[in-house]
Amino acid sequence: MAQTKHPEDPRRGLAGEGRGTAETRASGSFSRRRFLKGSAAAGAASAGLFPGFLDDAAAQGEPGVAGPDAVDMAFRINGKAYVATLEPRVTLLDALRNHLDLTGSKKVCDRGTCGACTVLLDGEPAYACSVLAIEAQGTAITTIEGLGSPERMHPIQQAFVDHDAQQCGFCTPGFVVASKALLDRHPNPDLDTIHRELGGNLCRCGTYAGIRAAVAQASGGGTANG
Amino acid sequence: MAEYNWPAAADRRLIGSRLSRLDGPVKVTGRAKYAYDRNRLGMLWAQMVQSPHAHARITAIDTSAAEALEGVVKVHVIQDVGTEIQWAHDEIAAVAATSEEAARDGAAAVKIEYEVLPHFVEERRLDDAPDAQPAQAETTGDPAAAMASAATRAGGSYHAAQIAHCSLESHGQAAEWEDAETLTVWASTQAISGIASQLGEALGIPASNVHIETQYMGGGFGSKFSADRWGVVCAELARMTGRPVKLMLDRDQEVSVAGARPSTHAEVELAADAEGNVVAWNSKSWGSGGPAGAGSPPIPYVFGFDHQTHAHTSVPTNTGPARAWRAPNHPQACFVTMRALEDLAHAAGMDPLAFFLQNIERTGDRANVYTDELEKGAELMGWRERWRPRGSAGGTVRSGLGLAMHTWGGRGHRSNCEVLAYRDGLVEARIGSQDLGTGTRTVIALVLAETFGLGIEQVEVTMGRSVLPASGASGGSTTVGGVSGSTRRAALNAVDAVFERIAPRLGTEPSNLRLADGRLHFADGSAEPMPWRQAAALIGVNPVTATGANPGPGSLTDSGVCGVQMADVSVDMETGVVGINRLVAVQDCGLVLDLKTAESQVYGALIMGVTYALTEERVFDPLTGRMLNADMEFYKLAGIADVGEMIVHMMTGPGYDERGVIGLGEPPVISPGAAIANAASNAAGVPINELPMTPERVLAAIEAGGMA
Amino acid sequence: MRAFEYTSPRTASDAVRMLSVEGAAALAGGTDLLSLMKDGAASPTRLVNLKGIRELAGAHETDGELRIGATTRLGPLGEHRRIRESFPAVAQAIAGVGSRQVLTMRTVGGDLCQRPRCWYFRAGFGLVPMHEGRSMVKTGDNRYHAIFGNGGAAAFVNPSGLAPPLMALGASLHILGPDGERTMALEELYRTPTSSEESEFTLAAGEIVTSVTIPMRETRNATYEVRNRKGFDWPLATASIAVGGEGARVVLGHVAPTPWSSTAAAEALAGGITEASAERAAAAAVADASALSGNAYKIQLARVAVKRAALAAMEG
Repeated sequence: MAQTKHPEDPRRGLAGEGRGTAETRASGSFSRRRFLKGSAAAGAASAGLFPGFLDDAAAQGEPGVAGPDAVDMAFRINGKAYVATLEPRVTLLDALRNHLDLTGSKKVCDRGTCGACTVLLDGEPAYACSVLAIEAQGTAITTIEGLGSPERMHPIQQAFVDHDAQQCGFCTPGFVVASKALLDRHPNPDLDTIHRELGGNLCRCGTYAGIRAAVAQASGGGTANG
Repeated sequence: MAEYNWPAAADRRLIGSRLSRLDGPVKVTGRAKYAYDRNRLGMLWAQMVQSPHAHARITAIDTSAAEALEGVVKVHVIQDVGTEIQWAHDEIAAVAATSEEAARDGAAAVKIEYEVLPHFVEERRLDDAPDAQPAQAETTGDPAAAMASAATRAGGSYHAAQIAHCSLESHGQAAEWEDAETLTVWASTQAISGIASQLGEALGIPASNVHIETQYMGGGFGSKFSADRWGVVCAELARMTGRPVKLMLDRDQEVSVAGARPSTHAEVELAADAEGNVVAWNSKSWGSGGPAGAGSPPIPYVFGFDHQTHAHTSVPTNTGPARAWRAPNHPQACFVTMRALEDLAHAAGMDPLAFFLQNIERTGDRANVYTDELEKGAELMGWRERWRPRGSAGGTVRSGLGLAMHTWGGRGHRSNCEVLAYRDGLVEARIGSQDLGTGTRTVIALVLAETFGLGIEQVEVTMGRSVLPASGASGGSTTVGGVSGSTRRAALNAVDAVFERIAPRLGTEPSNLRLADGRLHFADGSAEPMPWRQAAALIGVNPVTATGANPGPGSLTDSGVCGVQMADVSVDMETGVVGINRLVAVQDCGLVLDLKTAESQVYGALIMGVTYALTEERVFDPLTGRMLNADMEFYKLAGIADVGEMIVHMMTGPGYDERGVIGLGEPPVISPGAAIANAASNAAGVPINELPMTPERVLAAIEAGGMA
Repeated sequence: MRAFEYTSPRTASDAVRMLSVEGAAALAGGTDLLSLMKDGAASPTRLVNLKGIRELAGAHETDGELRIGATTRLGPLGEHRRIRESFPAVAQAIAGVGSRQVLTMRTVGGDLCQRPRCWYFRAGFGLVPMHEGRSMVKTGDNRYHAIFGNGGAAAFVNPSGLAPPLMALGASLHILGPDGERTMALEELYRTPTSSEESEFTLAAGEIVTSVTIPMRETRNATYEVRNRKGFDWPLATASIAVGGEGARVVLGHVAPTPWSSTAAAEALAGGITEASAERAAAAAVADASALSGNAYKIQLARVAVKRAALAAMEG
């Protein structure tokens, strides 16, 4: 790893870079009290995107109504607990980027088309721009930040570096996360499978040749042009 | 005094190798902070209020409802009552608020009234254009007489649609004032050094007080050279509110107002003699360009004929302004020229490869390079074994081959670099350039490490800040020649300065010292080589510094490259769907510094080429003048399954390397549309003359050609 | 996106009750509704999330039919054994979506109730966009618009991927509303509005789709979709075909304001699928098509889709 600079470099990074916004209350520790504070949020938390999270015991009485004003929400992201006070209309993508300073997921089309915001919800890839933060409570959210760090890259990330499967890099986090989901489903994908499973992501610089080769490398097999 | 040249082939350790880009790890892990990712303490989000009309006069603006909304901090009117708006989505006001949602609420609550004026967005109908200014034809020889006496004639109408840049990171920035006179802007820009001056002038502060920061940026392709209205407005909002402000364009704005490649429509007739020599060319072309029009495509392209004439008309339209799009005007010129030449080859009963070779001297003084590249491409494609005359293929899905050729300049731009050598052994380059994702950071490090005889991990590149030594905008394939030239000169000067500094402490002369293999060598053999870190310790607490510039002494960069591309495509004759089977790109660019990122430029260009060849175009509504597909669903970028197999071959070695470093970003994006269209025409058996080649257009061509 | 209330009930009856408020809308996969809200083409004041309702999820075989809950996601449905073995027309339509993310998110009910992708509608001009007394679609750019059922004011195309195969397979729709449950043929869900004030669905206020059932009949069935891009892209025309004991059904997608059944094409296939009958069905399917100013090519694509779906069914 050469000593290329990025703003996180404490030796020379710009002073005063904000860590989240004033509204952010990101926490590394799970706050049970805040989690239970709003009944609507608590109800929503157990009614996640996927039905597997249903808890029958909680399904009693009139469903709570949250909003339109901000309500407390709790998230499990990359294995850590986060809380934030957000309006129900805030998308998961905006919650991640604007409120929790997890900016690896990119906002590009913001209409569920390009895949730059791809995250895993309970292990399945989803467009974070088309999920409300409030409904993502109760799911295990994995973002690009959860897959590896520059110092300890996930093998998929290493393969993306090795095959130069990136140029401007703005689509790259989404492609890496989608590739993780692909390899979880298909450990040894052929080229058709790679094409099919990554069809929900778009790149403008044109890095598809490198992405094919990277996925093939990370799978430990397969064939791909690149 | 150093000699300013590149190392001989035998002495290169890093140059020409395959290095992974240095900022790869921070990008693939999502840690790279782009302008869009800046979250400053206390920051406000800003949102533009845009015109829904393509041509209108503002008659009233009422900001009171927006200002009354909770969370809205400031409503800033940019274009006031009485202003004539020339394109839809133009910015009229901006709203800053405490959250992105509140900013959107605020923008929606600004009430604007308009007097709607007539608009013009359909430039294909040249006769209907209200303000078209026909250009003077440029004529050589006597095309009419040559055409009349020729053995074979061909021609047609060729059309390439208007497209957008569609950078994935939209245009925008975050701005923060340190005090009343000092501004920091985290911008998504191709020109950190340039936009500092623009912003300083617009804001009435010294340019030196504007600090631009761009470590990473999510694509520009020629659309991000200017500070732009949104840059000035963002800084003004920050000044008005006393808080940091982030203003990024939404996707619909991005593809509507932040960049367009002009369309090109052309009518061509051309002719050849009995041997297949092109003897006459006659064309006229026109295209959109936004309100101010746009430049003229260089038609005929690559080739020059003894008898030729061409005239181009730029048609003003009520669409967002044109911006330079990767290799401005060349892809359109290439498409028109190469399609017409392929049609003429067909009319003459010749294989296009043989036809292009027959005419290769008409490309000028690099004809030998084109010949070599055509032969290499033919080998990689298996052209001579596989090419069949147009329309030979049978069945429902028919395949065919096509080729095209291109050229570009690519000489290095003005660039300044400062190199510092520290006593801990670190060597740093400081350069006011920016890495768009092309690998600029990586090649600067490579040149620095190569020059010091060090590993890439022993050097550091500090860039992406306007306070650093000024370097040109990254556009026109000028960056790699510029930054490698300035870095090489600065590094050579720094090596000399290090020797001057440490020689006395080693009891020798500077001229006795060499750096290689991470060690300091004594030319006279008076002492054993010394590890660099040990030698560097003699530098002392003050680092050695040296500067270098491009242009400068020695010849490190050149201009003028060639390229040949070949396409193997399939056409479904019943649906008109075109599929890419294989693309071959053969490209020269002088001395290749990092082969891996160089090849990435070519792969990427092929893929962008597939997109404009098959899927992308800006669609305008005739009634409202608005762009109908200002999104990424119907503004269609090619996906990973659409691009086929790709083979990239870089021409390197003797004859190429000694030319020095030449830019590569533009040239390989020029030919794909032409090569793919020629291949589709060869497959379908009919000329397909319109980009993008959507099913509707291909079916129309098949029907018109009697092949339905 | 306007601010709204949010609730996530646990039962379908709770959901219906929560939807009884003026301006309430049901939220399923979110792949369509949230985009509409961002575009300002929908502004619900309350969202009722249906994904937490267990009784709406999952697919089960019962009593000679396959019952598919409304919030069953497309990805898992495409991998369901019965779908793969007996209803390839459905599996092929799901595969055609082209985005793993969408397959993860989009639900069956949401797919059936998608709003049109018409670019005038998405830009806020309504389902039947008019400009100074003229149809914006018919005088504007209609390359993606209807070639059937476009004689009235509406010319958008129904975007559902599942409706054509499910209709071809004779599926029924189960609905719960303030007045209780009702069941109808899937095709009865769709209607062609005559103005932007009318809906393209026949659902009453407060009603939700709870499930769709496919009768377990032996059929040869297939779907063929024509797209510009190989990956995630909206089809230009699709056709689903089922031929079996009770005759044939042919349903085209992306060609009309509703999924478009062709009885003429079905009759051509009623005697069985051969290359000749597939050609006859294809010709019959588009005999009544009428192009707008810029979409004549879609007639050809619809014809080819019918032929290729029939041939795929024959081979499948």
